[in-house]
Amino acid sequence: MTSEALAHLSNNLLYSAMAVYAVAMYCYAAELAFGTPRRRSAELPDRELVAVGASPAYDVPGSTVATDEDATRQSKASRLGRVAVSLTVLAFALHASSVLTRGLSAGRPPWGNMFEFSTTGALAVTGVFLVLLTRKDVRYLGVFVILPVLLTLGLAVAVLYTESAQLVPALKSVWLLIHVTAAIIASGIFTIGFCQSVCYLVQERRERVPAAERGPSFMDRLPPAAVLDRSAYKMHAFAYPIWTFAVIAGAIWAENAWGRYWGWDPKETWAFITWLVYTCYLHARATAGWKGRRAAYLAGLGYATFLFNYLVVNIWLVGFHSYAGVG
Amino acid sequence: MVDQTLTSAPARDQPPEPRPPALKPLELARWAWRQLTSMRTALVLLFLLALAAVPGSLVPQRSIDAARAAQFAAEHPHLAPWYDRFSLFSVYSSPWFAATYLLLFVSLVGCVLPRSRAHLRASLARPPRAPRNLGRLPVHEETTSTRTPDEVLAEARTLLRAKRFRVDVVDGALSAEKGYLRETGNLVFHLALLLLLLSVALGHLLGYKANVLLIEGEAFSNTVTAYDTWTPGALADESSLAPFTVSLDDLKVRYQTSGQQRGAPRDFEASVRYTSSPDAPEKSYVVRVNHPLKVDGVKVFLLGNGYAPVFTVRDRDGRVVSRGAVPFLPRDGNDTSVGVIKVTGTTPQIGFDGFFLPTAVIDRAGPHSIYPGLKLPRALLSVYTGDLGVDSGTPQSVYSLDKKGLTQVLGEDGRKLVVGLAPHTSVTLPTGETITMDGVRRWTSLSIARDPGAGPALGSALLALAGLMMSLFVRRRRVWVRAAAGDDGRTLVEVAGLARTEAEGGEGLTDEVRELAEQIGTMRIGTTS
Ligand code: HEM
Repeated sequence: MTSEALAHLSNNLLYSAMAVYAVAMYCYAAELAFGTPRRRSAELPDRELVAVGASPAYDVPGSTVATDEDATRQSKASRLGRVAVSLTVLAFALHASSVLTRGLSAGRPPWGNMFEFSTTGALAVTGVFLVLLTRKDVRYLGVFVILPVLLTLGLAVAVLYTESAQLVPALKSVWLLIHVTAAIIASGIFTIGFCQSVCYLVQERRERVPAAERGPSFMDRLPPAAVLDRSAYKMHAFAYPIWTFAVIAGAIWAENAWGRYWGWDPKETWAFITWLVYTCYLHARATAGWKGRRAAYLAGLGYATFLFNYLVVNIWLVGFHSYAGVG
Repeated sequence: MVDQTLTSAPARDQPPEPRPPALKPLELARWAWRQLTSMRTALVLLFLLALAAVPGSLVPQRSIDAARAAQFAAEHPHLAPWYDRFSLFSVYSSPWFAATYLLLFVSLVGCVLPRSRAHLRASLARPPRAPRNLGRLPVHEETTSTRTPDEVLAEARTLLRAKRFRVDVVDGALSAEKGYLRETGNLVFHLALLLLLLSVALGHLLGYKANVLLIEGEAFSNTVTAYDTWTPGALADESSLAPFTVSLDDLKVRYQTSGQQRGAPRDFEASVRYTSSPDAPEKSYVVRVNHPLKVDGVKVFLLGNGYAPVFTVRDRDGRVVSRGAVPFLPRDGNDTSVGVIKVTGTTPQIGFDGFFLPTAVIDRAGPHSIYPGLKLPRALLSVYTGDLGVDSGTPQSVYSLDKKGLTQVLGEDGRKLVVGLAPHTSVTLPTGETITMDGVRRWTSLSIARDPGAGPALGSALLALAGLMMSLFVRRRRVWVRAAAGDDGRTLVEVAGLARTEAEGGEGLTDEVRELAEQIGTMRIGTTS
């Protein structure tokens, strides 16, 4: 197949993936909207091992399934949830094929410009989510994960689209490969952590109202705030060393390409700022008076600096890393 | 909830005492020190450092792009002096930026040293004795055994030892602890950051950076006079420059030939020969982007490239008065380049300035190049005669003419003369001289850098990473076993565990404790979890 044909195929696969993602997202949303509340117990362990598509945590013995009507509603809702997961797997496969064919078309790893960085980054987010699904019941996160994935892909095809092409010489380096791979994986995990932190903030706010006075809400389908907080922490703690490694690999690359491992180029500077803010987050969790809500705000700020680096710095602030290839 | 008396975590964030400072200076100092080294201060300083790094990414920095910084200053004449006052054009070497990170590192030392001491002590101490009421611990199992209490404890000891717990038995109760490496990792991480800072400082003091422009067929030796620019560290010594020479045989550049990104460079290859010292044998190397030449701890990088057309100027009698390759500086992505030729061997002297275009077009936008490869190379030069001012003693740029003592030569039509040259063509000027473009060579600008801190910096960074992983992923936990003779002749066994890891929530530990209880007991009685 010619390079153009491959690039064309890649684009079509991406559009198909987006369509399937969209349907999956509606199924996740429907499950949240129509499902019955999760057990309210604050001790709900977040370690129930649930295989993809297998019965979710609220079906385990001991959960309160009150009436028959509730039970049928519940089983319908969780069937929707299982459909959503299958669709996510399908969308992921299409999405991954799109990224792969794009790489084949350019004859190099598919992260040479912002379009490719976005599609590959979004793939990482879905990938992390699917891996997490095999280990934990995190189906409740579906909407919150697929929505940003879709937005990113929409932005990529509508604004950032760049023809498949070879790289400028500075980008041809194994260290670039390692650096960008690590950065993409870390950002995928940070994204999931960020989603959980946002859910935590909403849930925490909700829980401050006495249970009797709370109206029904899809938030009842989400785990209690304490569990969300802990899951978010785990995600961040897992991503942080990978991000650290990405920054180190980037420094090694810079040293090979330009003779200095650190030059305060805007891109580097913002990667450092992101690192510092997430450091604050980890420190905050160990500091009395900074746990919980304030730490979650820091997690949000960390994610904001990451987005700033990716959107604003790449496009508006010039630097050595001018690989954006936009416009 | 965890019984507070059980968690004797060393120096883990004690809430800072709000006690007002006493009047005695020593106590005041002690109070200030405790404030500075508190977790809360570390948090604030980390945040401040992040904040302090922001302006340098928004305002052009002299250290990154001096030309853009100068342009910004010229465009904002009122703002610029204020920016200068606050070091906004050189944020990362400014006093306030340095103050932020130095304070952070002082706080770090003040935090890490006492923690190291406490950790060392804890590592040498025995695991803490079993609390009286094991039932109050977050993970707890009860079981019975037909063996004697001593046998049960001995078995528990063997099992826990095999899992590399540190074990101690006192008064019919066993205490075990594991995961000291977590704190070790945390300390290694923080100390490695300190090493990293020192390595960076070392590189700044002892290293140097230089640039040199080298035309195909030419050579340079590693001396300060050969450089176009030299930026030494405060303690870098000219005499310590490694005595190597590099000559450039050939620079190949490959471009994207089609599509949206047509003309974008795809490959640079500079074939060089070098000797590491005057009497060392000559070696060859191909310098590419990401593949610098390494000689004696010095790295030579490709930085930029451009064209150096070769011109010969002959006087009225046909004698050669000037010959050589003249580097022109690219001004856009298609290598529209500008440069000057200075001919001093004639009276009056002659100066040329103008464009070199690798693929020339002239349209409404004026003369420019539409592709960076040599498809239709042309030079377009204006001509001046008079005094070039090169003998005046004041240093002059080789890339511009000082037009004070010069008059522009006009053509027959009375308009300003522009000489157009293709390779291997000549033009005779109205003044009688002839200029020939003999061919086109390429030049590359090389960056020469020595950073003795780079190796140690990498080492520290990797050490920090290793420490960080230990600190985040090693689980620290305590297990206690108590065995006592029961009324019915059986031995009652209690096993309890305490996770000392934030956010772990007893995960894994529950299984571990249950497993241990099953291994040493015969019948499970009850669980609290
Ligand atoms: C360059 C500055 C610093 C960086 C990048 C940094 C980074 C980190 C990171 C990533 C952790 C998380 C590891 C873990 O959870 O075990 C951590 C933990 C910790 N840091 Fe720092 N730190 C810095 C400065 C400081 C300072 C100045 C202090 C003391 C005042 C400090 C005290 C601590 C403590 C006590 C912990 C352990 C928290 C716990 O027990 O969970 N750090 N640091």
